[in-house]
Amino acid sequence: MFDPGFILAGVLNGLLAGGIYVLVAVGLTLIYGVLHIINFAHGSLLMLAMYAVFFLWKLAGLDPYMSLPIVIVGAFVVGFLLYRGLIGRFSHGRDENILLITLGVSIVADNGALLFFGGNTETVDVPYAGQIIELGVAFLPLAKVISFVASLVICLALGLFMAKTDTGKAIRAVAKERQGARLVGIDVEKIFAISYGIGIACLGAAACLLMPTFYVTPQSGYAFVLVAFTTVVLGGMGSFVGAAVGGFLIGVTESLGGLFLGEQLGQIGISLIFILILLFRPTGLFGAKA
Amino acid sequence: MSTRVQILLVIGFAAAVIYPWLVPNYLITVGMLMFFSAFIGQAWNVSGGFAGQTSFGHAVFFGTGAYTSTILQVTHGWNPWLSWAAAMAMGALVGCLIAMLAFRAGLRGSYFALITLAFAEVFRILANSVGFTRGGLGMLIKADARPENLQFRDPVWPYYLAFALCLISLFIAWRLTRSRFGARLIAIRENEDAARALGIDVFAEKVKVLTLSGAMCAAGGTFYAQKYLYVDPTIAFGIDKSVEMLLVTMVGGAGTIFGPLIGAIALTGINEITRWAAGVIPALKNVQPLSLIVYGIMLMLIVARLPDGLMSLFARKARRNA
Repeated sequence: MFDPGFILAGVLNGLLAGGIYVLVAVGLTLIYGVLHIINFAHGSLLMLAMYAVFFLWKLAGLDPYMSLPIVIVGAFVVGFLLYRGLIGRFSHGRDENILLITLGVSIVADNGALLFFGGNTETVDVPYAGQIIELGVAFLPLAKVISFVASLVICLALGLFMAKTDTGKAIRAVAKERQGARLVGIDVEKIFAISYGIGIACLGAAACLLMPTFYVTPQSGYAFVLVAFTTVVLGGMGSFVGAAVGGFLIGVTESLGGLFLGEQLGQIGISLIFILILLFRPTGLFGAKA
Repeated sequence: MSTRVQILLVIGFAAAVIYPWLVPNYLITVGMLMFFSAFIGQAWNVSGGFAGQTSFGHAVFFGTGAYTSTILQVTHGWNPWLSWAAAMAMGALVGCLIAMLAFRAGLRGSYFALITLAFAEVFRILANSVGFTRGGLGMLIKADARPENLQFRDPVWPYYLAFALCLISLFIAWRLTRSRFGARLIAIRENEDAARALGIDVFAEKVKVLTLSGAMCAAGGTFYAQKYLYVDPTIAFGIDKSVEMLLVTMVGGAGTIFGPLIGAIALTGINEITRWAAGVIPALKNVQPLSLIVYGIMLMLIVARLPDGLMSLFARKARRNA
């Protein structure tokens, strides 16, 4: 039953799904690396972005890929304002406090979605949904291949932004040495807000790439939040390379878990990895020491 | 305790005892759920408040209790009262094991909160998948309303039972504030390294408190399963119960004796107001999310502006009067 071809197909599918996890995790790890806060609202904000993609499609007839620029910019603005208006004010002091604040954000977001959008499962119908690319042994859905490539391109673009632009350099400076950055004249609070905005913009991009093959419900946020944290913890909090490797590993784990353990029990792999990494290697695969 | 507070407590106690005889059945159940929230909130408060170990996954103990008693009762024919005791033992065991794993690895703060959430998720998926919990279908307890079955025909009795649980939990919290064990927990909460330097066995104390908290939560789980005669993986191990425990305690005042009760009263009040608003404004027909939105905003406000919860309003007033 489990011939190599079958497993290879599972691995490929997992890698494709992992591409989007990379994008989600890069946003989370950026926020952690720069602000040193754990953004529990990450999943819920992804869910809101997915609803934005859904409504752009439903009300304006916009294809999810076409709505990428709108949703990315929109998500950045939401993230920037959320930081400036709420999270930034309380992000100092005990680290549990900011975790509780972002839990509050996620409770409001999840239940707001339930109140205004209803509890139904919403999907986007795209003409290319059923198209398949045949790759030797594996049949890969076209939409997933597009998403995979697009998310890698976006991650590379973000990498270039961080490496080449002044803002990117300022973000890295703040992540490394907050006080020093302040001393050389960087507006640290503004960099915090921009970093949070970029983290949420990554979610906007992920939402656009997810919607052609996935669905959204008000509970989607909770479904993604553990995946995102596991990816980041696996790779090492704050590490970009770690987030990338972690995303692919989690994608493959999920895919193979589903293959060998079935739909229900297969989900256990992600939570178990999370627990085991925290217990035995809290710095993750690529993290600096905590 | 000042005389004023003592008088207030006596009046509150008397009101709680008389309450079910004055109101319709629906409001008796509301009162029961309020005391139940206060009880599981206190279970969270013991470890999350007094010892400062914020947890996002206390449902792992709640669900363990609910499933242990239900399985023993339904599958093995145990008496429910006996399986209630077994559920508490099981909750204590799970609390002890999770604490030993997490605290041995040195997890603190947000990381401890997240790992408890992951444990609850593992338990939820297991309950969904293995045979002896009947998977996603959940387990039904046969209705047979007799006191020896821990089932009651008259809603007054579950109300008094929840009230009694709440009183017991208040007593436990009161004992904590008056014992060396409680003092050590508070020292750990305020500064773990300093506590260790003073010679406190931080690891042992944290394991002890999570064991206690696990047993209390599990007792709440059994109570809930017996009241509704049903348990499924999402009810038992879903994030909703974890958040409910955290919310009532944070809103009322973490690390205070009456915090969870005050929080439960406040949140039940909000729930009833939104229910009333939903009756008046038809657009708000969906009550549950609306109250949760209010709770979420309250949580943020409390953490930001009133870190000691609603309790601190009373405390401030009392100090001014004194």
